[in-house]
Amino acid sequence: MMERTFLARNPSVLIFIALLALFTLAVTVLSEGLGTGFVSTAMVKTLGMTLCFCLIAIAMDLVWGYCGILSLGHFAFFGLGGYMIGMWLMYARTEDIVIASLAGADLPPTEQEIVDAIGTQIFGVVGSSEFPWVWAFADSLLIQLVLVVAVPGLLALVFGWLAFRSRVTGVYLSILTQAMTLALALYLFQNDSGLRGNNGLSGLQNIPGMADTPQSVLSVWFLWASAVALGLGYMFAAWVVSGKFGSVIRGIRDDEARVRFLGYPVEAYKLFVFTITAVMAGIGGALYYPQAGIINPAEVAPIASIYLAVWVAIGGRGRLYGAVIGAAFVSLLSTWFTGGRVPDVDLGFYTIEWVSWWQVALGVSFVLVTLFAPRGIGGLFDLFINRRTPDRHGADLGPDTGSLREKEAET
Amino acid sequence: MSASSRLALFCALVWLSLLVLIAGAVRPATAQDLGPVQALLQDNRQLIEESSRRSIGPAIDALGSSGLDRAPVFLEAWQARSVYQRDADGLFFIGSEADGTNLALDVDTGESVGEITRDGFTQLRPNGGIRSMIGAALVQFQLQDPDPDRRRGALQAIARDAEASHLTALRGSIESEEDPAIRAAKERLERVLTITFDPDETARINAIDGFSGDIGLDVRATLNPLVLTRSEVVPGGEPPATRNVARVLEPGSDSLTIDEAYDQLVAARLAPAMVSTEDIRAALIANISDGSVGEFAVADLDTDEARLAAYQALAAQGIVPSSPTEQEIADALATHTFFESYAERSSAVTDAANATLQSIEFNLIANRSLDFTLDAVSLASIYFLAAIGLAITFGVMGVINMAHGEFIMLGAYTGYVVQLFVPDYTLSIIIALPLAFAITFAAGVAMERLIIRWLYHRPLETLLATFGISIALQQLAKNIFGTQARPFTAPDWLDGAFVLNDVVAISYIRIAIFVLALIFLAIFLFVMNKTRLGLEVRAVTQNPRMAASMGINPDKINMLTFGFGSGIAGIAGIAIGLFGQVTTELGQQYIVQSFMTVVVGGVGNIFGTLAGATMIGGLQKGIEWLNPSNTLAAQTYMILFIILFIQFRPRGIIALRGRAADM
Amino acid sequence: MSKKPFMMTRRGALGLLATTALPFTPLRALAQGEPIKIGILHSLSGTMAISETTLKDTMLMLIEQQNAKGGVLGRPLEAVVVDPASDWPLFAEKARELISVEGVDVMFGCWTSVSRKSVLPVIEELNGLLFYPVQYEGEESSKNVFYTGAAPNQQAIPATDYFLEELGVEKFALLGTDYVYPRTTNNILESYLQSKGIAADDIFVNYTPFGHSDWSSIVADVVALGADGQKVGVISTINGDANIGFYRELAAAGISADDIPVVAFSVGEEELSGLDTSNLVGHLAAWNYFQSADAPINDEFVAAWKAFAGDSRVTNDPMEAHYIGFNMWVQAVEQAGTTDVDAVRDAMYGQTVPNLTGGTAEMLPNHHLTKPVLIGEIRGDGQFDIISQTEEVPGDAWTDYLPESAVLASDWPGLGCGMYNTETSTCVQLESNY
Repeated sequence: MMERTFLARNPSVLIFIALLALFTLAVTVLSEGLGTGFVSTAMVKTLGMTLCFCLIAIAMDLVWGYCGILSLGHFAFFGLGGYMIGMWLMYARTEDIVIASLAGADLPPTEQEIVDAIGTQIFGVVGSSEFPWVWAFADSLLIQLVLVVAVPGLLALVFGWLAFRSRVTGVYLSILTQAMTLALALYLFQNDSGLRGNNGLSGLQNIPGMADTPQSVLSVWFLWASAVALGLGYMFAAWVVSGKFGSVIRGIRDDEARVRFLGYPVEAYKLFVFTITAVMAGIGGALYYPQAGIINPAEVAPIASIYLAVWVAIGGRGRLYGAVIGAAFVSLLSTWFTGGRVPDVDLGFYTIEWVSWWQVALGVSFVLVTLFAPRGIGGLFDLFINRRTPDRHGADLGPDTGSLREKEAET
Repeated sequence: MSASSRLALFCALVWLSLLVLIAGAVRPATAQDLGPVQALLQDNRQLIEESSRRSIGPAIDALGSSGLDRAPVFLEAWQARSVYQRDADGLFFIGSEADGTNLALDVDTGESVGEITRDGFTQLRPNGGIRSMIGAALVQFQLQDPDPDRRRGALQAIARDAEASHLTALRGSIESEEDPAIRAAKERLERVLTITFDPDETARINAIDGFSGDIGLDVRATLNPLVLTRSEVVPGGEPPATRNVARVLEPGSDSLTIDEAYDQLVAARLAPAMVSTEDIRAALIANISDGSVGEFAVADLDTDEARLAAYQALAAQGIVPSSPTEQEIADALATHTFFESYAERSSAVTDAANATLQSIEFNLIANRSLDFTLDAVSLASIYFLAAIGLAITFGVMGVINMAHGEFIMLGAYTGYVVQLFVPDYTLSIIIALPLAFAITFAAGVAMERLIIRWLYHRPLETLLATFGISIALQQLAKNIFGTQARPFTAPDWLDGAFVLNDVVAISYIRIAIFVLALIFLAIFLFVMNKTRLGLEVRAVTQNPRMAASMGINPDKINMLTFGFGSGIAGIAGIAIGLFGQVTTELGQQYIVQSFMTVVVGGVGNIFGTLAGATMIGGLQKGIEWLNPSNTLAAQTYMILFIILFIQFRPRGIIALRGRAADM
Repeated sequence: MSKKPFMMTRRGALGLLATTALPFTPLRALAQGEPIKIGILHSLSGTMAISETTLKDTMLMLIEQQNAKGGVLGRPLEAVVVDPASDWPLFAEKARELISVEGVDVMFGCWTSVSRKSVLPVIEELNGLLFYPVQYEGEESSKNVFYTGAAPNQQAIPATDYFLEELGVEKFALLGTDYVYPRTTNNILESYLQSKGIAADDIFVNYTPFGHSDWSSIVADVVALGADGQKVGVISTINGDANIGFYRELAAAGISADDIPVVAFSVGEEELSGLDTSNLVGHLAAWNYFQSADAPINDEFVAAWKAFAGDSRVTNDPMEAHYIGFNMWVQAVEQAGTTDVDAVRDAMYGQTVPNLTGGTAEMLPNHHLTKPVLIGEIRGDGQFDIISQTEEVPGDAWTDYLPESAVLASDWPGLGCGMYNTETSTCVQLESNY
């Protein structure tokens, strides 16, 4: 009953899920592993990773577009999710190798010898062989899967509780979240952190126990997993923002003080949104890095999180499909431009090589979007749906021009 | 011996004599024709060609002690890498470069014998180790040299590579020394050498006592080896009388654990070794027969306990040595004496050295703290300089400018470009400072006009838009200048360091940055508090509508303020470029830290920024001091501390009160 | 996403290049047939761009030269250039694209260890071939990689020997940027120095972040090491830009190479071009190649490079590595008569190519080269004075100075294994550690 009303009230969810399923099926049929081979495995991986980006973009949209918290640190959670699953992937794969190689030894190995050998294999790269405490549960897939959600969630909970409790808001909070992800990146960069420093965790695309499954097939499976996660994430986000809860967090975005005076526990709402989006980001990361194959501290550098905000802004914040479009559009375009496949533009006196000018174009287009199209690409949908703004004689509806103001005003 | 082998031997002999003949023929001049230095060189030719510090000693000694007038000349040329060897006959020549040609001078006469060509000659390239040996050999000639630079060089050579013979030479040269500074240096060096080389114990002790409280590196480097101890163990209850004992150690005490003591016994072969798990493993493998070790099946030996049991079974049969029991260990320790002894035999000397080192220790700690404080102040001033522009744009106007770091970078590149056109470093800096201000001022004004003014009521979007500018500017700089660091060199008068003593020193460039930071602080205070502009800025910040109605143009004021803040960032860029490296990433390194400096200090107050910079700089140095081998950790914990700090003082160290706080 | 049009353009561009080159090349040697594709996997943007762009240009020059000589197997060579943008996951993605989409026969690329580790699983899965041109930390021998840069025993260990024996250094400061190459190298060196009788207390290790600029306290710490009267030397694995601040602080503190010598493993001609070297004269660097090497073949190479890339450009060690690697690959392909990876790999073993510094480089069964070790002193003009040059040293994949790896050996043609435990006589694994 509840479900029906929710979907009925949000037809965009059904459309989105349908499109996502269609897309995934199409890619599967065209893939190398399970289909005609028109789409290369490399491309399938790229598409699968893009879906993970879309998931974290939805999380970002929830926290920024709907709740008004411009977090510049959500990639920290994404990366943590990746690290958590990466630890199990490395441990389990190395364990298989070690057991196989020790089988030929004169004496059957003791458990300690096996663990030592795994440690040597994993940490030999960074000149160590001891397992740090963070790897305590690396041998258990179940626990690491729990940690994928628990670690980003807990970090967000503690950080958010401290920050919201002392009423750090606006740009201060943005700077603080940036400091958080910078601190995490610097911490991970240290070898002493026990996660292999700058090298990070690598070889993650080889799934333990599936050595015989070719990457062309694995990549499709991961595409499916990412699509399912994205679909669920989208539904969840749509559900969160559609009811009364959604009205409250939008209220917080537009005038926090007023919502507080109405008696809502603003901090608790913000904390919930911040934490739940961190969990979504963690799940996205756990699906992303086995496809990328390697995770290292550069992935959680502050710049990554700023780009996340860029995607959402370009896609159009305050609308979930906007975030998805933005993440997919900008990241695929980025891949395309840095791929060196875009023809150079010959101006006669100077040749524009996109490899070196793409960043400039991105930066400038970002300024233009902020200035002239605060609704982003998603704003184009507004034109189609013909959501005409009634004439309010110059009076402003709310502080945030990027959001779906009129539609939200109706609900 | 068969006939054929005799023939072979004969042939070999003929070949050998032929070879000798040929070798002789290749050498065109015999020893008699050569000058004395050249002859000496040819005698040591092989050593010189080999050119290794380990073997060159005799050759340098031969030249140094030859008494030949030209030998020091040759040594100096050799040290300066201007000696060449002629490939054809192996003779050595001194190269003398003049007017673009390199003349070969005879080592004995100093007369030119022709030109040095690239393919006919090989340059001798003594490495650093050999050069310092040559320097040591030259000391005897240079200590009394009329040229003060050479005398100073000789003193340096002694300090680097002292020998017993230097002491006599040094003492002989003090009387005639007229330059007071060099004389003082000689006297000090003489006292230092006395400690090490003088055979007379009283003289040594007097010299040691004379250095009481002196934190000079040379003194510590001389005294510390004297009190160096090594651990020893002997059977019986007393250390031998021949040793200069520093202290006797009791096994089981804090300074010597039981395990360490036993290891020491094992190392001295005074006790049987403990059996490690590795030994057990090896012993078991060695005793595998038919899939079992003794009564234990190999397949069961997959735990340490099982392995130990199997090993003990072997030990019981006497096949492998058994591990010493605790009782045996205790007995072994009880029957031996553990002590630390000095390498220096005279206990009077070591006592004196210890006393002097103790007196030095206190001074050392005081000076280290001073040096640490200077470092922290210097780092704070760099952070302050990087943040002061932000204190204006963010602190006063409330505009988040993510491109602030790129304005700093712009300033640094301005400095680099100016140096391309103005080779004089001093002049180029004088030009670059106002130019950098002008360029970043213009950039700031342009940005304010085109972007920021449309977003004053949307601070979060300002952040994103300026971030766009930031990545665009950074990539533009990469496209124009490349990603490699560009050279931007400080003038000579900023080179070097202000050296108070061997512990406390700070480079002039850091002092300059400190002064620059103070100047900016003064300028900022003056502009904000004493000028019309400052008054209008404050008015516009506090209430733009009211200010406008009083006849102030807020647009213009905002534009100028933003330009002013950006311009200061440009000048900061010059300073940071001189001190660090000019790269496109330069701005990025400072941007997060700068924002944190302003936020921690308290927005809207320049003294807050100052306090923030001091706190961050001091904190970072403090953590580094605690953990000197990991600089990254210092940065991590500093940021974590700041995050926590802001939770408890969200408005910073110096929080504004009243209406300004609502900004 | 349609890729075809752009591939056409790239080919078109190369065709254009070939036609413009036509008037200058003798017509006799025009290669015919389907081109052999060579993938070039160097970052053209991002932080590593400057180092790696040079290598991309080097490869383009070598390919152009080879085409002028008639190509390989009578077929022309075609470079496929991609940009992994200093983004490590992107290296894996681009490598997969190069092998499976573009169908390249061989790849030349990577600079940082982490980028190599990112590419490894992909090329081992798809049986690709990679030539890796940079000095690295060792502890690896992949079936699909030929390491043409130095292993630790071809750079770090000889340089340390030089410090110990020629300069008489007794106390060591190992300063490095915090990433895998300095970490592993310093680990090996610590263990090596202790085996040479240097006490653990006499080794000071410090790691700094990339681009570090605040060096005063670290330099002060190094100076303070001299307080117990032993000669101090610095072994620097500081990477890239951070060197500038470090050397500036050294110079400001008045530390000359005679007092505290510094030997750097990551500072070459290219890095020094961003510095005023007058204050650094006498400090050292250890490489397998310097531009100032006195050999006719080097003069030719430098001249060809300057003609190709511009007069102000310098040559450096990884460029020589690519020169050797490329020529070896060409010889191996000619010998095998095919570009098939397995056949080429078999033909690679024992190939010899002259070094630019004199002597010859030979490909060993562990996929490393024999290389001479050169020690150079920095000159005022940003070049190096070569003051020591050894015979060729065979590269050791697994260092002898760490207990875990001392028992490991690599011999692909003989043992068919790159990580062979000589103690247990088993192959630990056929794939590499990532």
